[in-house]
Parts: sequence; C-alpha cells; structure tokens
Amino acid sequence: MTSLGLQTKEIDHGHSHEVSEPVNYLNCDHSFKSWLLSLDHKRIGLMYLVTITLAFMLGGIMAGVVRLELVTPKGDVVSSDTYNKSFTSHGVVMLFFFLIPSIPAVLGNFVLPLMIGAKDVAFPRLNLLSFYIYLLGAIIAMTALLLGGVDTGWTFYTPYSSTYSNSYVTVMAIGLFITGFSSILTGLNFVVTVHRMRAPGLTWFRLPLFIWALYATSVVQLLGTPVIAISLALVGVERVLGVGIFDPRLGGDPVLFQHLFWFYSHPAVYIMILPSLGLISDVIATFSRKNVFGYHIIAFSSVAIAVFGFIVWAHHMFTTGLSPYAAMVFSMLTFSVAIPSGIKVFTWLATMWRGAISYETPMIYAIAFIGLFTIGGLTGLFLSTLGTDIHLHDTYFVVAHFHYIMVGGAILGYMAGIHFWWPKITGRMYSEFWGRLSAGIIFIGFNFTFFPQFILGYLGMPRRYHEYPEELQVLNVFSSAGATVLAVGYLMPLFYFAHSFFFGKKAGSNPYGATTLDWTETSSPPSPHNFEKTPVVTEEPYIFHGKEAAVVSH
Amino acid sequence: MFEEFKWLPDQASTVAPQVDALFMFIVAITVGITALVCFLTILFVVMFKRKSDDHIPKPLHGNVPLEIFWTVIPVAICLVMFAWGVKVYSNIIVPPADAMDIYVVGRQWMWKIQHPEGQREINTLHVPIGRAVKLTITSEDVLHCFSIPAFRVKQDAVPGRYTSMWFNATKAGVYQLYCSEYCGTEHSRMIGKVVVMEEADYQKWLSEGAESGLALQGRKLFTKLQCITCHTGNAEAKAPNLEGIYRRHIPISHMDGKKAPDGTKVFADDKYLRESILYPNAKVAAGWESIMPSYQGEVTEEELLQVIGYIKSLQQGQTPPRIENTPTPAAIQDQNPRKEDKK
Repeated sequence: MTSLGLQTKEIDHGHSHEVSEPVNYLNCDHSFKSWLLSLDHKRIGLMYLVTITLAFMLGGIMAGVVRLELVTPKGDVVSSDTYNKSFTSHGVVMLFFFLIPSIPAVLGNFVLPLMIGAKDVAFPRLNLLSFYIYLLGAIIAMTALLLGGVDTGWTFYTPYSSTYSNSYVTVMAIGLFITGFSSILTGLNFVVTVHRMRAPGLTWFRLPLFIWALYATSVVQLLGTPVIAISLALVGVERVLGVGIFDPRLGGDPVLFQHLFWFYSHPAVYIMILPSLGLISDVIATFSRKNVFGYHIIAFSSVAIAVFGFIVWAHHMFTTGLSPYAAMVFSMLTFSVAIPSGIKVFTWLATMWRGAISYETPMIYAIAFIGLFTIGGLTGLFLSTLGTDIHLHDTYFVVAHFHYIMVGGAILGYMAGIHFWWPKITGRMYSEFWGRLSAGIIFIGFNFTFFPQFILGYLGMPRRYHEYPEELQVLNVFSSAGATVLAVGYLMPLFYFAHSFFFGKKAGSNPYGATTLDWTETSSPPSPHNFEKTPVVTEEPYIFHGKEAAVVSH
Repeated sequence: MFEEFKWLPDQASTVAPQVDALFMFIVAITVGITALVCFLTILFVVMFKRKSDDHIPKPLHGNVPLEIFWTVIPVAICLVMFAWGVKVYSNIIVPPADAMDIYVVGRQWMWKIQHPEGQREINTLHVPIGRAVKLTITSEDVLHCFSIPAFRVKQDAVPGRYTSMWFNATKAGVYQLYCSEYCGTEHSRMIGKVVVMEEADYQKWLSEGAESGLALQGRKLFTKLQCITCHTGNAEAKAPNLEGIYRRHIPISHMDGKKAPDGTKVFADDKYLRESILYPNAKVAAGWESIMPSYQGEVTEEELLQVIGYIKSLQQGQTPPRIENTPTPAAIQDQNPRKEDKK
C-alpha cells in the first residue's frame, strides 16, 4: 500500500493542480500531442472511450429512428430506404464500432496491465497503431454513411449486398476490413501481454477472472476477425470486379457467404459478451467481499465458451435449406454453449451467498446483469431447439434475444466496469445517487423496450420491417416507449461523470476495498508508469481476509 | 389498437400444436429458472447485506456436489429440448409422400405462385384444408424467405437452387404471409395472404379462370425451347429419353467436364432437372454426348418450373412428335397467354 502515501490532502479546485497533486498519467503532460501520440495504455484506453462513446450515441440515434418509425404500422416517418439504412447503420456502428472495442479496448487497455502488475501492454506502439487503425476504419465507415448509407443490414447477406444493393457497400466493406485489423492487433497485444508481462508470482490461476475473460476474447479476436475481413473483401471483389463468388448468376453460392460471415460473427458475439462475464465476477467478488466461488470453473468456462463459439455458426442458417443432419449437429453443439454460461450464473449466486454485500452502482449494474443475462441466455434455448427455431428465425424474438445478451449483458457489463474503474481512471468519485438511479432507469427502460419483442416474435413479426400489420401495434408502442426511457438512462452518466471529473470527491487508491493489483498497488489516477515498484504476488486474487479496506464513506 | 391484440398466433397447421407444445415446455423451464435466479439474487442481496465497514465474510472456494448438480441438471434439460426439438423439426421438414405440389418463385418484391393445375397467383396462396402441400421454392434475384407464422413454418428462397417446405392446414381462414429474409427496399411489403379453403371450394377455385395446367404449359415450352429437337424419345434422339425419368437413378458419365467414376448415379429430382437445363455439363447422362446448350438466362424461374412439371408428367411413349415447322414465338404467345401480361 505504498501508493496510498502519494495521495495528498484535499486541495482547492481551479489552480495549482500540477503543483500539489502527485504526478499521474492525466496531469503529467497536458499537450494535445501528448495525448494523440501517447504510448500509455491508460491514455489510449481513454481515447477509445471518447470515440466509442460517440459511436454509441450515433448508433443510439439510429435506433431512435427505427423505434420512432415503428410506433405506427404504416411507414410514415421515414422512407423505406431511409429506414433500411437506419437499422443497418445502427447494427454496424453498435457492433463493429462500439461493442467489439467497448470492454477490450477501453477497460481492457486501461485495466489489463494494472491488473497483472505490468507497466504497459507488450507492444505500446502497436497499441497506438490499433487505435488509429480503428479510427481510420471508423472514418471510412462514416464516409459511407455520409455519402448515402448502406441498406444491406449489418449481416451483408449476398447476393443482395454483392450485386443488388445500390448503396455504399464497398466503402463500408473497406471501412470494416480496416477496423478488423485494429481488433486483431489488440487481441495479439493482449495475448502476448498476458503471457509475458505478468508480475512475479502472478501465476495463471492467480489472475483475476477479468483477465481470463480478456485473454479468451483476445484469442477469438485473433482467430475469427481475419475470416470476416476476407468475407467482406470477397463481397467487394464481386461488387467491383464481377467475379462470381456469391451470386448464382455469376456461378457463385449465396449461402457460402453466410457460412463465412457467421464463422466470425457468432464468435464475435462472444467477443462482446465474454469480457462482461469476467468483469462481473470481479465486481461481484469485490462488493460481496468474498472470493469467487469456483474460480477454476469460471476461468475454464470462459475458455470453453470461446472454443464452442467457433463451432456453432450454422445455427443461424437452419432455414437456408441446410442438410437436416448438419442442422442437428449444430443444434446439439449450440446447447453446449448453454452449459458454461449457466455455470457462470450459478457461481455468481454462490459468490454472493454469505457475502458482505454493499450496493454501490457497479454492484447494482452487476445484479441487473445477472437477471438480464439469464433471460438472454435462456431465450437462446428456444433458438437452439430446432423445432422452435424454424418459427422464430428472423423474427423479433431473435432481435429481443440478442439485445438481452448485447445490451442486458455486454452493455450493462461495460457500464458496471466503467462505474467500477471510474475512480481509478479519474481519481474521483461520482454521485452514487445518480449512478444508482441511472442503473435503475436503464434496467426498467431496457425491459420495456425488449421484452415485448419476444411476444412480437412469436406472433411472427419479421425483423427489419418498415411496415407491419396493425394487430402488432400495441407491443410496438410499448417497445418504443421503453426505448425513450432507456435513452434517458443512457444519457444520465454523461452528466454525472462530467461533473465527477471536475468536481467529484477524491477517490483514494482503493475506495471499494478491492483486492486486485489495479487497486492495491496503484494510486488513483495511476502514475504514468503504473507501479512505483514491480509488485510481487503471493496469493490468489480475491482474498479479503486480513486486509484493511480503504473504505471511503459516501 | 387494443381490440386486435393477442398473445399467440393462430394455430392452423398440423405442426403448429407440436411447435406450441415444445415452445410452452421451454417457456415453463426458462421462466422457472429465471424466477429462481432472480429470487435468489434478490434474496442474497438483501440477506447478506454488509453489516459494517469491517465486516469480512468467510471465504468459500467451492462445493463439488453442488457444482456437479448445477452442471448435470442443465445438461439433462438441454438433451430433452434437443431431442424434442429434433422430433418436431423432422415433422416440419419431411413432407408426406402424397403431398401435392405448389411452386413458389420470389423476386423483389412479390411472391409468384403456380399450381400444377395451371392457376397462378401473386402474393396469395390458396390451399385446401386437410391435405399435405409441398412448396418448391426458389428466387429470381436475392434471398427471400417464405414465412407463414400461423403454420409455424418458413423456408428461405435461395436464388440458384430449389428449397422446399410443407404443411397441412387444419383451419379454414386467411393467414398472414411474410417475406422474413431481408431483401431490400420494399422487404416489408413483400407480404401476402394464405387462404385455406374447404376441399370443394379449392377445387372450384382451381377451375375458375385456370388456364392449361402447369405440365401443359411446360409441354409448349418443350417445343418452343427446342428441347424436342434432341430429346425425341425415339431412334433419332441425340439426347436421353426423358420419359419416366423423374425420381429415377440415372447413370452419369461426366461431372463438370471430368469423367465420373464408373457406376456413378444421380437421383433425378427437381434439383437435378433444373441443374441439367441450366448447366448441362454438370452431370452428363452416360452414353450421350455433351452437346446441350445452357439455358441460363433463356428461361425464367417460372418457365423452368413449367418445363420440369412437364418432364415429371411425361410417361412412357408420350414424347410429342417433333414438329418440323416450329411455330413462331408469336403463335406460342397466343397459345400460352400469360396471366400477368393480360393485367
């Protein structure tokens, strides 16, 4: 706890920060150049935070257009093409520019070296390059949107995307191709960092579970992303050069694209959700002051989910005329993902059992996460079961299911993480009242938005419909009303985080009494090189006994 | 807005109750597990509230019997769902042998439907009650998906290949038909109705305004497209006799220009007939020169279905005599007025 000594007493706001505060990564250099060319993993993490927040707002606005249009059965707000472009950009922006980089690139970058006792990631320059590759890809994708948008859906199914669509598919494909390399390089960087840069004594089974999850995610990014890059490149080749790959009129096979696309995009779901699963284990342990129940099982279940994620892709294709035997195999394999996911939920409950639970905002998010991830995961069973999937495929049931995983799971996990590490990132606390309130509003708004969609799906409403039959209006109005509430919940953190950044109470190095190196061995905010001296690890990650928690009263 | 509200879709096919039963089983299991997880979460959060700042609970590393329990039980539940799912799925995808055929072609943004008796319709499908109906589906352009929620079935329309689905309607009425695979600008307008009629009404409907049957339309094309020039079915033939070949195993000599292993046979179903018309070199019947030109781009998907319908109906000795003076296209047009053109 040497770092605690570095904290100075409360100081006046407004002047002489540099003089009275110890040097940290935020105040060590204020120039623009020092940010834009920073090799510090913490600053790169924050640059990602700013860009993905902008991406999230853009994707959110697009979702707003979709939900507004669906208030009435007739297509009376925007034209069909505008509607199609809206849901396409919502999907593309949210998935490729927000969810995939969210936890790994923001929280992973910031926390991973701190958690394993390293001064930085293994390749700091490569890390900065990843950010600029991401930015370049994002700018090209934005160009495609500004030129007039893309109307293929985020899935880019052929031959619509490769031959028929009159929108900017090629530009978008180039943007996503480039962004993919950012993901690959970040994955590579993290894999090497976890292998090579762990502090002395930090064996694999002393790693925090968030690191296990990031590690599994990085392997998926490394192995899966090249496949989507190649698939999109092939779409571009067919569009621009007319080489027959997917369009049957040119001798191609349209279903081949779906195999290639889902071979990446199903694992991509796990790129988005796995980091949340790991992070929630850390949050629950910290706020229950108890070691994680079944540590090894949770670590292995992250790896199992990553591996199984690669062998279930064809469950997106049960209605394409896939061989019935292939369908049975993929159905069976899909169930195998349910088991490690279920185990994670049960171990979180067991971790809370006889714990000492406190209700700070990250824990509120974690509790909401357990409920929503459970619903998201269990509704997957309807879709892995062949007999019910045929009816539910391509309906709003699927939309609801993956939003429960992507929003209820990945985004709530991300929110838990941002609130959890905010004091570490900025050195300041945010308002617990507003934090808990926004978590509650998001939880309620989310359920109102997406639960009705399960029923809409069973009633048969197809996805990506600009107009729909009148009898489906009630549930659509519910869903759109819920989306308004959800939007309010999402906007609130922008304000209280901004307030906290400038006026928040000083956090101290370890306000929650957590046990991992990021809290126990660094100051808040951390110094530019993280650790005054390399920490030596002698025990497992979640040992609360015999430790005086540096608790800050709120 | 509220009066039309309902929780469950109409149940109007033989598989619909099976799908619903399975669905309700999974609902029961998942609602049960969700309720349990939420209850325990709330219970623990309240019960194990931190009592004071220095309250540090005893660590708990694991409990093997408990962990085995919560692994084995979900595995068992998943296996039941899987097995039940496969059973219902096989009922959904395997049509009875006596199913009647109807042909569906999707295109941006309409469904074109042909009945073997000759009736054609757009965005509406008339079917009789209580009879198995097998749809053979394809697309002229992009992917579509023929989806009838009241029957709990759907099937993608894939350009360049035939897919099929079947159902047996159990309740007379009018049901929603959707395209559920995104297909471009007017995807959400590629909808229609499925009209389920009593058998007598259906027969009456079939006879009303029906032009010559599908096979007869195909027979005209068989002449027009010059198929008859080589497939003469007699000693002059330069190509295999097509009489009665449907659903037989045909020996083939070459595949994609390469010699096929001796004894290779192919099952002459709709897909094979379609492939042989569009890509004659894909699988060449043994004993014949590969001289047939490709008809890709020469025939529409609907015409293909008519020609195949004719070949299916062609019995021993029925190949029509070859007419030396092929009628002019205009003459054929007169004989074979297309309903869409008349509109």
